[in-house]
Amino acid sequence: MKRLLPALLFLGIFFFLPLARILTLGLNPGSFVILGGSFAPRLFEVLRFTFFQAFASTLLTLIVGLPLAFLFARYDFPLKPALRTLTAIPFMLPTVVVAAGFNALLGPRGWLNLGLASLDLPPVQFVGTFQAILVAHVFYNTIIVIRVVGAAWASLDPRLGQAARSLGASPAQVFLRVTLPLLRPSIFAASLLVFLFDFTSYGVILLLGGPKFSTLEVEIYIQAMHMLNLPAAALLSLVQLLCTLAFSVLYSRYVTRLAAPVKPVEQTLKRPRTLAEHLFIFSLSSFLFLFFFLPLLALPIRSVSRLEPERGQRVQVGPALTTDYYTEVFVNRRGSIFYVPPIEAARNSLVYAGLTVAFSLALGFPAALALSRPGRLARWVDPLLMLPLGASAVTLGLGYILTFNRPLLIFSSSLLTSPLLIPLAHATIALPFVVRNLQAALATIPNRYREAATVLGANPFQVWLHVDWPILSRAVVSASAFAFTVSLGEFGAASLLARPEYPTLPTAIFRFLSQPGGLNYGQAMAMATLLMLLTGLFIWLIEHERVAGEL
Amino acid sequence: MKHFLPILFLFSVLLAACSPAAPTDASYPSYPSSAPSRALTVMTHDSFSSSEDVIAQFEQENNVKLTFLKSGDTGAALNKAILSREAPLADVFFGVDNTFLSRALQADIFEPYNSPLLAQIPAEFKIDPQNRALPVDFGDVCINYDKAWFVGKNLPVPASLDDLLDPEYNGLLVVENPATSSPGLAFLLATIAKYGDPGYLDFWKVLRANGVVVVDGWETAYYANFSASSGQGPQPMVVSYASSPAAEVIFASQPLTESPTASILDGCFRQVEFVGILKGTPNRDLAEKFVDFMLSVPFQQDVPLQMFVYPVNPAAQLPNEFIQHAQTAPIPASLPVEQIAANREKWIEAWTQAVLR
Repeated sequence: MKRLLPALLFLGIFFFLPLARILTLGLNPGSFVILGGSFAPRLFEVLRFTFFQAFASTLLTLIVGLPLAFLFARYDFPLKPALRTLTAIPFMLPTVVVAAGFNALLGPRGWLNLGLASLDLPPVQFVGTFQAILVAHVFYNTIIVIRVVGAAWASLDPRLGQAARSLGASPAQVFLRVTLPLLRPSIFAASLLVFLFDFTSYGVILLLGGPKFSTLEVEIYIQAMHMLNLPAAALLSLVQLLCTLAFSVLYSRYVTRLAAPVKPVEQTLKRPRTLAEHLFIFSLSSFLFLFFFLPLLALPIRSVSRLEPERGQRVQVGPALTTDYYTEVFVNRRGSIFYVPPIEAARNSLVYAGLTVAFSLALGFPAALALSRPGRLARWVDPLLMLPLGASAVTLGLGYILTFNRPLLIFSSSLLTSPLLIPLAHATIALPFVVRNLQAALATIPNRYREAATVLGANPFQVWLHVDWPILSRAVVSASAFAFTVSLGEFGAASLLARPEYPTLPTAIFRFLSQPGGLNYGQAMAMATLLMLLTGLFIWLIEHERVAGEL
Repeated sequence: MKHFLPILFLFSVLLAACSPAAPTDASYPSYPSSAPSRALTVMTHDSFSSSEDVIAQFEQENNVKLTFLKSGDTGAALNKAILSREAPLADVFFGVDNTFLSRALQADIFEPYNSPLLAQIPAEFKIDPQNRALPVDFGDVCINYDKAWFVGKNLPVPASLDDLLDPEYNGLLVVENPATSSPGLAFLLATIAKYGDPGYLDFWKVLRANGVVVVDGWETAYYANFSASSGQGPQPMVVSYASSPAAEVIFASQPLTESPTASILDGCFRQVEFVGILKGTPNRDLAEKFVDFMLSVPFQQDVPLQMFVYPVNPAAQLPNEFIQHAQTAPIPASLPVEQIAANREKWIEAWTQAVLR
C-alpha cells in the first residue's frame, strides 16, 4: 500500500480533485433535465460512433502493430534504430501538423490526386472520410503496440517456441499455443491504451474526419468552449469517464488472470538468415517506411519550398527552394512582446518532457511494483490509474482552473500561474503508460528469483538492482520514451495552462498557423520539422543508450 | 543501458537550470532597486499581441510590470475568467467579443469603468451601456476570394450572399463549423442577420445543395481548402477576415504589390472585442490606467499589425498595408448581444441539423 501512496496522492491532487471540482460545479439536479428531449438520442448516436470508431481503430492498429512488434523484438537488421525512431514521431506531433501532412499527400490537391489527375483518373477522397479517421489513428497509435507488445516479446524466451517445434508443432501452432498466450497480457495492455486514446480522440476527428463526425470528446469541447454550457459538458465528461472506468475494470479483472511468469532472457535478437526472413523484414520495413514516412515527408518539404505561384497566372510554377522560413523563425519581425525564439520553445518543451519523465517514473515505478502482486488492492486501484487517459482534456483543464487558482496545501502561491503545472498535468497522462509498461514487464519476473536473491542475503535494494532492473530496463526505456513523447506532443493542457513566456513547440506552431500568409504557413512547417527532428533525435538517443548497453 | 536514466535526469536538470527564469523568480524580482514597484496581470486569449515598445512605454510611465496570461481561444479564456472569478487570476481581462459578451456580463466578472477615453469612441461600438466591457478593436468576418482563380475561370465574383446560391458557384465555398469555430459562428450570425430566423435555414439548405464545404476551423479552411493560401486547396472562396488580404501581403514569402485575395463585402459580420476590469482586483487604479491605455492612440495604432483587427478609436492611424489591401464592410451585419446569447445553442443545433446531418 505504501508503494501506491505517492502515485495515488499525486493522482488525487492533480486528477481526481480537479475533476471532482468541475463535475460538482457542472452537475446539479437541473443538469439531468437536459437528458430529455433531443439530447438523449443525440448522446446515444455520439456514444455509438465513439465506440464504433474506437473499436475499429484499435483492431486495425493491432493488425498493423503486431507484425511490427515481432519484427523489432526478434530481428536485428540495418536501419532498425532509425525505423524504430520513425514510428515514435507521429505520436508527439500536433494533429494540425499531421493533418497538413496527410493533406499534402492525400488531400484534394495532394500529390496522389495530382498524380491521378495527370493520368486522367478520378480523384480519391480521403480527408473528410471515416477511413481518414481510422488511418490517422493507426498512424498515431501503432507505436503503442510496437513498444508495449514488443517489450514483452523481446523478453520472451525463444527456446519455448523451439522446444514446441522440436516436439512437432507447426509454426502456426507455436504462435497460437505458446507465443500468443504468453503475450496476451501485453497485447491487452496495448489494446486498452490504444482504445482509450481512440475513444477520447479529438483533433483527428475534427481535422481529418470533418464536422460530420463527432465523438464524446468533440461534444464535450463544443459544449464547454463554444456553448459555455458546463452542465452539458460535465454530464458528457461523466459518461466518458464511466466508460473508461468500465473498460479499465474489465481489463484488470481479465488480465491479472492471464499473467504468466516466464523465464526472461537477455539476448533474443537474431539476424535474418533465410530468404523468407529477409523478405519478411524487407516488406515490413518498406511498409513501415511508406506508411510513417510519407505523410511526415510533406512537412520538411513544405518548410523549404516556396509554393506560392506567380501572382496573376494560374500556371503552377515549380516550387522554389528556400531557407527563408528557417531564418525567419529567429526574427521577431513585428516586435511582438510574445515573440519567443524557437530555440527557447524547444528548450521549454524538452524541460517539460524531461520533468514529465522524472515525475511519472518516480511515481509509476513503486505503483507498478505494488500492482504487479495480484491481490484485492491491485484489482481496485489498477483501473483508477488508467482513468487519466479517459478523462477529457478540456474538462480536466477547466478543473485545474477551479482547483489551482488559489494556494493549495504545500503550494504557497497559486499553482495555476506556475509553469510547473504543465509537467505535472503531463505526468497524470503519462502515468498510465509508465505503470502499464512496467507492470507488464514485472509480471514476467518470477517471484522466486527475488526470493532466491533474498535468501542468498541480498537486501531489497540489491534484489531490485540485480533481479528486477536488468529485466525491467527495456520496459523502463519504453516507458520513458512514452512519457517523453506524451509531454512533447500534448497541446490541450499546454494551451490552457501555458504562460506565454514559456511556450512549447506545439503552442508555437499554432501561433504561426493562426494567421494568413505564406510566411506564417512556412514557419509553422519549419517549426514542425524542428519538432520532428528534435524529438526524433531524443528518442533515438534514449534507445541508442539502451542498445549500446546491451551489446 | 544503466546510464540512460541518470543522463536523462541530469539533462532535464541542466535544461531547467539554464531556462530564463525559475518559475518562482517571476514574482520576486532579484534587483529591487530598479524593479517596478507594482505588478498588473492581464488575462487574454492566444491571439492577443502587442509591440514590445508599446508595452514598455506603459510599464515605464506607470512604474509597473505587466504580465499577460494567455488562456486558449476566446471561449477558453472566458471560461477561465468565469471559473476563477472567486479568486481572480488577473486584474484585467481582454478579448471577450460580442458573440460571448452576454455570458461574461451574466457571470458578472467585470467592474464598470467610465473611462474618459470612451468619449473618443464611436457609439456603435459601445454595446454595454454600463461600461463593464469597453470596446478595443473590431474586425469583419467576410468571405475572402482568390482573385487569380476568378480571373482565370472568367467568372464574376459573387457580389452578395444570394449569388452564392447560383449553380455556377457550386462547390467553390468553404466555411467553418459554427460549433467549433469563431469565424464560423460569425458567418452563421451574418446569415441570420440577413435572412432572419428561420429564413437563414432555407439559405443554408440551398447552399448545402450547392456544394458548400464545411470544415472544423479556420486553420483547415484557410490552409487546406482555400486556393489562394500556401495550402493551395480546391475552394477559391473561404470565410475569413476582411483584414486577411492585408495579412497575405505582410506575410508573403516574396514581396507583393497586390494582395492575392480580396473580401466580398456583403454578408460580413462585425466582431467587436472588449476589455474589462475583473471584479475584486486589488489594483483598480492601475487597471483603469491600463484600460485607458488600450483605448489611447499609441496602443490603438499598434493593434492592426499585431492582431489584424481595426482600432475602435478613429484617431488611430491605419498602416499602409491596411489602407491599400484591406477593407471594412460598409454595412456589416450585427445582432443584439442578448439575442445571440439566448439563441446561440439553438441556432447552432438547427444549423447542424440542416447542413451536416
